[in-house]
Amino acid sequence: MSKYDVVMGAVITKPRTSLENKTGSWRTRRPVVDVEKCVNCLLCWIYCPDSAIIRLEDHIAINYDYCKGCGICAEECPRKAITMVEEG
Amino acid sequence: MGRRIGLMGDEAVAYAVKQCDVGLVSAYPITPQTIMVERISEYVANGEIDTEFVCVESEHSALSVCVGASLSGLRVFTATASQGLALMHEVLYAASGLRCPIVMAVANRALSAPLNIHCDHSDMMGSRDCGWVQVFAENVQEAYDWVIQAFKIAEHPDVQLPTVVNLDGFTLTHCMEDVEVLEDEDVKKFLPPRKPIYWVDPKQPMTFGAWAMPNYYYKFKLQQQEAIMRSLRVVKEVGEEFGKLTGRRYDTLYGYGLEDAEVAVLSMGSTSGTIRYTARRLRESDGLKVGALKLWLFRPFPEEDLVSALEKVKVLIVLDRALSPGAVFGPLGSDIASLMVKHGLDFKLLNYTYGLGGDEVTPEMAEKLFKLGLKVAEGAKPPSLTGYVREVV
Ligand code: SF4
Ligand code: SF4
Repeated sequence: MSKYDVVMGAVITKPRTSLENKTGSWRTRRPVVDVEKCVNCLLCWIYCPDSAIIRLEDHIAINYDYCKGCGICAEECPRKAITMVEEG
Repeated sequence: MGRRIGLMGDEAVAYAVKQCDVGLVSAYPITPQTIMVERISEYVANGEIDTEFVCVESEHSALSVCVGASLSGLRVFTATASQGLALMHEVLYAASGLRCPIVMAVANRALSAPLNIHCDHSDMMGSRDCGWVQVFAENVQEAYDWVIQAFKIAEHPDVQLPTVVNLDGFTLTHCMEDVEVLEDEDVKKFLPPRKPIYWVDPKQPMTFGAWAMPNYYYKFKLQQQEAIMRSLRVVKEVGEEFGKLTGRRYDTLYGYGLEDAEVAVLSMGSTSGTIRYTARRLRESDGLKVGALKLWLFRPFPEEDLVSALEKVKVLIVLDRALSPGAVFGPLGSDIASLMVKHGLDFKLLNYTYGLGGDEVTPEMAEKLFKLGLKVAEGAKPPSLTGYVREVV
């Protein structure tokens, strides 16, 4: 019917396709966690706009597949446990 | 068979909506709103229809609510006029890009400034490229008929695009005419429930309104273009089916006297009646070779139908009821000029603006236009190729 191989109205007909698009490559700076300083308060987990904070037993970790490097977690961490370092 | 009742244009639109089993109507309730949604809200309040009526704080919100409701699979209607349509502008593009078969009636009225609430087509012409199918009604009967057809066109699986039914502000919206309305069951048979292709459903989650990168965006837009071009065929099919049901057959345009007319006037909306009346009078009493061409469908532009309708014409006077400041021709005049270039047509084109902000359009003016056209057909030079009708004739 259409010459174009796209779904009418730009509908994405399957859920969770955002998982397939790894957006970590957009990052220019990466957050690095000092697990000694982290008290697992999860403020960074609440603030991260990309849901890229992974909750572990005693501290957090960063999911670099999706973290876009905005630095919000580092800014919000009350323990200064996250530092932003240049990529590359 | 139908019944005849007296209805104003606004009421006729509301009556059609009442019969079309609409799931949701969202509208901004005060000026520049029309009596259309007032009547619909009365139907809802009286329990005559179980349509959800959502009253919002602006036209921008009204159309946004309609987009959401349409994406949920409902049949949706809204109405507006002039500044209200202008305020909807960005959402018009969302509605067509998201392929929402919303139907909207627009009471065509002037835009400020100066403040004016009367008829012209500046509102719709300002949103000409919004991707909606656009039809213009000549009288109250046509406004009623087009609303019912509009749902069928918009929701057709090959189209899936919003459709706007234009009716001249006040001239049609506030004038009472004798209208033949269909029985509810006949409308039901003509217009079965909407069958959405994709819809918002928690049981099968999908993403609507996604982002498209440059390598995809143009494909979605060109796919939308394919759909609006397909609607040409659908408009004709629906018009024919409606004709079988009512005896009133619709098409993309309606010509009068074009089999031998040397001079024709092309117009949209209520003026088309004045033009045709005058053409008939001049033909019947004076034997003048004049004709009238009314454009029902403005978008998509019915190129082929226009080319064959204009085959014999030597002089075409195109009337635009909107000013395109600083442009070569008015919006309709430009389309005809493009058509002439694309299809190699060689009649003489005159393009005049008229009727701004409710300015009168009289049969005397129409007669002067035809007479000017006849002189030009004999080789006289027109006072100008463009201009305002009142100043030209
Ligand atoms: S840098 Fe931004 S995106 Fe990455 S983990 Fe921190 S808050 Fe999330
Ligand atoms: S905000 Fe800081 S301390 Fe709290 S969990 Fe995140 S990294 Fe750990």
